[in-house]
Amino acid sequence: MAWIKERAVLVLGLLVLVYMFVPIFVVVLMSFNDPATRNVYKFDGFTMHNWLNPCEDPSMCDALGLSVRIGLLATVVATIIGTLAGFALVRWDFFGRSSSNVLIFLPMAAPEIVLGSSLLTLFVQGGFAGQLGFWTIFIAHVMFCLSFVVVTIRARLAGMNDVLEQAAADLYATPSQTFWRVTFPLVLPGILGAALLSFSLSFDDFIITNLNSGSEVTFPMYVWGVARVGLPMQVNVVGTLMLIVSLVIVLGTEVNARRRARALAT
Amino acid sequence: MAETGRRRGLTAYLLMAPAVIVLALFFVIPFYSLVAASLYEPGGSDKNGWEVTYHFANYWDAVELYWRPLVRSLVYAGAATLICLVLGYVLAYAIAFKSGRWKSLLLVLVIAPFFTSFLVRTLSWQLILADDGWIVDTLQFLHVLGDDDRLLATNFAVVMGLAYNFLPFMVLPLFASIDKIDHRLIEASGDLYSNPVVGFFKVTWPLSLPGVVSGTLLTFIPAAGDYINAELLGNTETSVIGSVIQLQATDANHPHTAAALSMILMIGILAMVLFYIRKAGTEDLL
Amino acid sequence: MSSPAEAGAEPGDGLQVRALSKSYGDFHAVRSLDLDVPRGRFYALLGPSGCGKTTTLRMVAGLEAPTSGSILLAGQDITRTKAYRRPVNTVFQNYALFPHLDIYENVAFGLRRRKVGDVKKKVDEMLELVELGAQARKKPAQLSGGQQQRVALARALINEPEVLLLDEPLGALDLKLRRSMQIEIKRIQTEVGLTFIHVTHDQEEAMTMADTVAVMNSGVIEQQGSPAELYENPRSTFVANFLGQSNLIEGTVKTPAADVVTVDMHGIDVSIPADRAHTDGGKGWIGIRPEKVLIGDAGAELDAPGNTIPGGVVTDVSFIGVSTQYLVRMPWGQELQVFAQNTGRTKIHSVGDQVELSWRPEYAFLLDHAQDVHAGSQEEGA
Repeated sequence: MAWIKERAVLVLGLLVLVYMFVPIFVVVLMSFNDPATRNVYKFDGFTMHNWLNPCEDPSMCDALGLSVRIGLLATVVATIIGTLAGFALVRWDFFGRSSSNVLIFLPMAAPEIVLGSSLLTLFVQGGFAGQLGFWTIFIAHVMFCLSFVVVTIRARLAGMNDVLEQAAADLYATPSQTFWRVTFPLVLPGILGAALLSFSLSFDDFIITNLNSGSEVTFPMYVWGVARVGLPMQVNVVGTLMLIVSLVIVLGTEVNARRRARALAT
Repeated sequence: MAETGRRRGLTAYLLMAPAVIVLALFFVIPFYSLVAASLYEPGGSDKNGWEVTYHFANYWDAVELYWRPLVRSLVYAGAATLICLVLGYVLAYAIAFKSGRWKSLLLVLVIAPFFTSFLVRTLSWQLILADDGWIVDTLQFLHVLGDDDRLLATNFAVVMGLAYNFLPFMVLPLFASIDKIDHRLIEASGDLYSNPVVGFFKVTWPLSLPGVVSGTLLTFIPAAGDYINAELLGNTETSVIGSVIQLQATDANHPHTAAALSMILMIGILAMVLFYIRKAGTEDLL
Repeated sequence: MSSPAEAGAEPGDGLQVRALSKSYGDFHAVRSLDLDVPRGRFYALLGPSGCGKTTTLRMVAGLEAPTSGSILLAGQDITRTKAYRRPVNTVFQNYALFPHLDIYENVAFGLRRRKVGDVKKKVDEMLELVELGAQARKKPAQLSGGQQQRVALARALINEPEVLLLDEPLGALDLKLRRSMQIEIKRIQTEVGLTFIHVTHDQEEAMTMADTVAVMNSGVIEQQGSPAELYENPRSTFVANFLGQSNLIEGTVKTPAADVVTVDMHGIDVSIPADRAHTDGGKGWIGIRPEKVLIGDAGAELDAPGNTIPGGVVTDVSFIGVSTQYLVRMPWGQELQVFAQNTGRTKIHSVGDQVELSWRPEYAFLLDHAQDVHAGSQEEGA
């Protein structure tokens, strides 16, 4: 009894964590489902079929490919632009700095539906209603990923002491040597984290994309479309793969950090 | 003594320029487009063009037609935020104070579900709450639910889906705040004759308020605009403002309605957020 | 206020700072500072936090641009030279070791930037000098504070700079480690023969390590000289209080003679050698270090020709082993400190005892009355 009382909060917390994982278990389970009919969404039997034939519905893989392409492109652009801005905001003093901080913050504080509909209004007013597609999705994704990148980089830089850069200058490193040999390697984990965040935001976005995609279909839009008519189980394969890939990346860095900590102790 | 001096110079503008241009072109200007569109003459069409006639009645017409989904959105978002706050606080507290060396692993687990597609996760709930699923069966067996009652396609399912999907946005800021609290302060309150409950409300809770404020905002704002949960887990009676905006925005005859509703949603959220922040600034939040 | 250190120093040798100033808006961190550090010196800039010593150091390093004035190093004007072009290296306050590089690469950093050959041999030698040869491939976070300190020192030393700057280098270490590092750094300085400028707020550290100490206050050097010179003959109340402790007693100058000044101290004449009198006449502060004051029973014969002050009452006695520290209330109401060496031959007084104090005239000093009597004292919140 005392044991439980001691750990009540921890047990409750773990229950909440279980709640967070229940649908994930279902996703993983359903990726092995052998459905009896396409209309009833329940577990009927185990099969590897979905994993071995991921592109049974070619339009799903097309949608997946589009999402990956847009995700990579938007991530590269948003990460570069956002990293530059993060440096400006932390390391430089300039007129308009605090207004820039507000400008960066606002897109994160607006609901997606408002961002999406206002962007659509602009495209329509600008006469691009007929050209909605890859590039309008790309623009939308760069726009909403950008703020998250800036915030991540800014946090990383703010936590980094600029004494290290002074030390490099003191040790005969020119400004460009200082940047490439000291600043950049130290900010790199933050940049990679921002890129990972940016990719997953872009890959997963539905509401903004749905308004600005024209006839293009991204993976979330594909799922939305087939949700009513019966979901191919391969969707769960994709969901499981996304989880595995991101867990490998995140846990990889975690293990690395732990190993370093252990080396420190010896 | 050492100056943490920021550098001055034009380079800052060069670094800042791309981000400012992107946000100006695709965030600020669209917002003006939205304001303009919300004041269109309603009789226009994509063929004949739209004219800004400062037709403020668009706002009133939109509210009159769609006040139900609007209120529903805010209520759903509010309820989901409250649930998130309770669940998120327990989890964040457990991770911050009770998890020992597993702290960082647990934090990874909090964000892990976030990496599986939002839509796929929400569809899983469809399956879990399905009429012939084991949860409904069990609840019916226990007579918590009547034989004809269901979970899917109810208000409950929508709120639960929202709470589920936005929980990480609550847990992370809460964790950041709670983790910073010096454990000795809580011991000191115990030393000064507070029982654990009093100690929590007099020490832990007030010190975690910054996390509570940012967590609730990060949960409430996206939840108020979301329509995925309402569409996938609700029914025709649970339609929310996001769905309406989506439909009207893509309907060639109603861009002004979509724009006016977007503006109203923004203003509504802004008003609630400002009110809330003012409250949270004082002890009234307790 | 400041006096050029060694008149004999050749121009163009070592570091010369002329009329150096730095202000941030209305705040003047450093005011028209002159400094001469001959080559090979171990020079300490000592002062409380906020006195401008770190700003001075950073201007010499090139990390901060002076508002006005000039800095000459080995005859070259480096006032506007970029930090990375100056033959100056710094040991930073919290070491500022590059966390992503191992110890070897940290130490090699400066050599590699200057494309100096034979990096391996030099780094190995340097790591040997600071006794860290075995740690070469570890990351800074894996070392202890003292080891990190030595890496920071090695990383700067290996470049054989004209001047090596140390910014509170031992501040992060515990007391015991600090003592041994003080001796270690002093040994290395003697071995390599480079010019060291050491910034610290710890007067004991400055006196232990440096051969010349400059006491800095409010952006100005109050006095500089050897540790003994500063301690025995302070020129200002700030130096008298900041370096050790002093009794400062109000007095009026009676006869400003050529060799000895006579001062009326609350009705008693005390004499002070003219070279220790740093005031022009009128009122002044008579200063005497507590350990220079002799204490004896009222009317007893004391071995102190000159100044004898009767009428004291002991108000506090602290026995601390090597000495006994007394507080003695004087007839004019002031409490004076007296440290009596525990030689075993002197009597230990108790609270309430009637005593008289005396000191040899050559130990006393006389300071300008215009100065704040509490400047630089511990109670001021240094």
